[in-house]
Amino acid sequence: MSTVKLTVNGKAVSVDVEDRTLLVNLLRDHLNLTGTHVGCDTSQCGACVVHIDGRAVKSCTVLAGQADGCNVTTIEGIATGDELHPMQAAFRDNHGLQCGFCTPGMIMSAIDIVKRYGGQLDEATVRHELEGNICRCTGYHNIVKAVLDAAGRMKVAQAAE
Amino acid sequence: MGVEGIGARVVRKEDKRFITGKGRYVDDVKLTGMTHAHFIRSPHAHAKVKSIDPSAALKMPGVVAVLNGKQLVDDKVGNLICGWAITSKDGSPMKMGAWPAMAPETVRFVGQAVAVVIAESKNLARDAAEAVVVDYEELPAVADIRAAIKPGAPQLHPEAPGNVVYDWAIGDENAVKDAFSKAANVVKMELTNNRLVPNAMEPRAAIADYDAAEEHFTLYTTSQNPHVARLVLSAFYNIAPEHKLRVIAPDVGGGFGSKIFIYPEEMVALWASKKVGRPVKWTGDRTEAFLTDAHGRDHVSTAEMAFDKDNKILGLRVKTYANFGAYMSLFSSSVPTYLYATLLSGQYIIPAIYAEVMGVYTNTTPVDAYRGAGRPEASYLLERLMETAARQLKVDPTELRRKNFITQFPHQTPVIMAYDTGDFVASLDAAMKAIDYAGFAGRKAKAKAEGKLRGIGVSCYIEACGIAPSKAVGSLGAGVGLWESAEVRVNPVGTIEILTGSHSHGQGHETTFCQLVAERLGVPISQVSIVHGDTDKVQFGMGTYGSRSAAVGLTAILKAMEKMEAKARKIAAHALEASEADIVIENGEFKVTGTDKAIALPMVALAAYTAHNLPEGMEPGLKESAFYDPTNFTFPAGAYICELEVDPGTGKTTFVNFVAVDDFGRMINPMIVEGQVHGGLAQGIGQALLEHAVYDGSGQPVTASFMDYTMPRADDLPSFKIDHTTTLCPGNPLGIKGCGEAGAIGASAAVINAITDAIGNNRLEMPATPDRVWHAIHGQAA
Repeated sequence: MSTVKLTVNGKAVSVDVEDRTLLVNLLRDHLNLTGTHVGCDTSQCGACVVHIDGRAVKSCTVLAGQADGCNVTTIEGIATGDELHPMQAAFRDNHGLQCGFCTPGMIMSAIDIVKRYGGQLDEATVRHELEGNICRCTGYHNIVKAVLDAAGRMKVAQAAE
Repeated sequence: MGVEGIGARVVRKEDKRFITGKGRYVDDVKLTGMTHAHFIRSPHAHAKVKSIDPSAALKMPGVVAVLNGKQLVDDKVGNLICGWAITSKDGSPMKMGAWPAMAPETVRFVGQAVAVVIAESKNLARDAAEAVVVDYEELPAVADIRAAIKPGAPQLHPEAPGNVVYDWAIGDENAVKDAFSKAANVVKMELTNNRLVPNAMEPRAAIADYDAAEEHFTLYTTSQNPHVARLVLSAFYNIAPEHKLRVIAPDVGGGFGSKIFIYPEEMVALWASKKVGRPVKWTGDRTEAFLTDAHGRDHVSTAEMAFDKDNKILGLRVKTYANFGAYMSLFSSSVPTYLYATLLSGQYIIPAIYAEVMGVYTNTTPVDAYRGAGRPEASYLLERLMETAARQLKVDPTELRRKNFITQFPHQTPVIMAYDTGDFVASLDAAMKAIDYAGFAGRKAKAKAEGKLRGIGVSCYIEACGIAPSKAVGSLGAGVGLWESAEVRVNPVGTIEILTGSHSHGQGHETTFCQLVAERLGVPISQVSIVHGDTDKVQFGMGTYGSRSAAVGLTAILKAMEKMEAKARKIAAHALEASEADIVIENGEFKVTGTDKAIALPMVALAAYTAHNLPEGMEPGLKESAFYDPTNFTFPAGAYICELEVDPGTGKTTFVNFVAVDDFGRMINPMIVEGQVHGGLAQGIGQALLEHAVYDGSGQPVTASFMDYTMPRADDLPSFKIDHTTTLCPGNPLGIKGCGEAGAIGASAAVINAITDAIGNNRLEMPATPDRVWHAIHGQAA
């Protein structure tokens, strides 16, 4: 057992976990943050993507101990009060989700993509960048639309700051 | 149409919880005192279970119990059932071997459970499973359909000699013989419909909780049809009588057919929770999904079509071998028979059809309904055959189709189905226009100059949805009726709850079903909520599959609404001292037509519940329910055209354009309908280009993870061009046909027709991987 201290969605937490505990299990089982999902066992599907120190990471591929001292953001932590993150709003407005299971990971990956490209995104880039996130419902059509839409919204939001 | 009524592109009410991480899936549920199950599964495709020694595991920390298949049999838990009886052409019933939830003696596919460890945590259960010693005696195995029916092949079940479950036929054999004898041309081909793994993104899961004092079970499960699950668990598996078993299917992360069935894991979790006296949770991992979720497709067929000298179809003869895997899953028997061969007339006038289907056991994961279930196999066969015929007859494939289209309705096919309506010319015209079919030759020539092989492929599909008239399916062997139920509750303050037996696992019912209420009453959808997925809340329901929830489930809601409105009108007329016939419902008010007298819905509801001044003899309350049994199948149809380029150097396919024009009848929410088409297309394209569940000769699955089985990713797919033509379904009052499966049914033939057009070689099997395509171009067998 080890004690892992980290910041999750802005809150400092300290959790005693078995050394083999994955970050995704720490989030789901110990902190009850069940928005982060597990869809595979080979780090392929991306349902578990969270941000560690601002970067999109598959939380099924990180030991909880490796996140010690890190700043972790999950799907539960990106809205500001009742105001949705532009990526969340874009997924809803563009019908970018159906069953919703891959959605948290998609949104967390997509935010990272938009940040890395500084809003300079086209369809081909979004499709290539989403390679690590699998969706079985949408055929990606509306997810791609949502990411491009959100890229525009995030640019506007940034300019307004 | 109001802003939230029928036809409006309303954003989904359910989305907020999903985009904020507040969805509640089975694995998110925790119960006090909950234990965790891990199944011990056979590594062999066929073996005798000689012994299971749990002694070391039982000494490990946190282990509560190790249970096996013999104990399950001793406790009289029933074997898994197949719910649709098929009769072979010789009149004999289908021949099935027993399928126990954990194998007491013999395992017949890799992944079949033999024992389960119950422990304090998932990790401890997994650790202990490693310490359970299972002694197997390997037996010869067979995974391939053709090999399984050869004399001397390994035999799976003594009840099914030669591994044949049934040898079934439909149609008029002599009429087809006669048609072929008169043919000017005959087109013949062999086709393989590749085995697929549904892979809903949420793995299956179950939590069982036994209350010893009440002798009552609660099961949380990833189900598309919780009431059907309860019925089967009660009536056939002896878990508990229905009133002592509550089944809850909360948010479910996709199904595509694979979550229709009641699996061994749910049965074992229920049984084990009583045995250990604590809640038991099982959450499958992705490998378990590959090994144990019912697979889809897996047909090998020969098809022949006879044409007269004017290229009119005279007859169709089909012989199909369907792989059922090692056991007969819940609806498996119906998939390659009544859901497949009955659609072999496609969109065409075919005077004579004869189809034979042999269902075969192999040492592989059981096969059952997967998005489209039989109809994609029929559509693929027929549309590959039509394209091949056009090439052989040297006519344009769209012209050959047009010449043979059904244009008069209703149309009785020779294979049971009576199509009620459609306009196949309109959808083909719209698709050809959208893709600029006329300009294709120029684009092909230009691509050729750039060293690329460009192809175009058409697929005109039809499907039978909205399953189904209970009497009709009953006469064909179904063990259940396929109606749907609904209840409308208007609360005393005027808010509305709709209880439905349909189950949403991505389809957006929480929005579309509210849109019907908004349309009829003029109330905002925020005043309406949809209740589903809990047998304690909803009286009964047959669940969601076969594109049935709008055509059947929503019609049941409509029927209940009509009853509720009739009562509300009486109350309103009484309160307004008007004639009931003069009451109209607008914007949430009951108005006396031609006057300014009105009473709002909440006041009508309050009057119903206070019951201080109701019409003489009226019962208090405002709640009505209805059951709706459809009168016919519905027949969505459409035309898909795919244009793509093949790189002759690598065999890689790149989409240029993909057009889908569908006729779904009336659409409640076109945004959601389009989303359903997108997802279906992705699965159809996935089958055509990427996906294939592969077994080696010994029955070992070699594609049991996302590392090995190619799921369609965002950069494998194009953006789609979607359009609609509309003929309203005459079979239900809303005119709805259903849209859930179309994409998966129509897409794969369009893709393969386009690639074979591009490369000039018609011999190409799915999935058309770059390797296969390269070899098809360069003339060597892949």
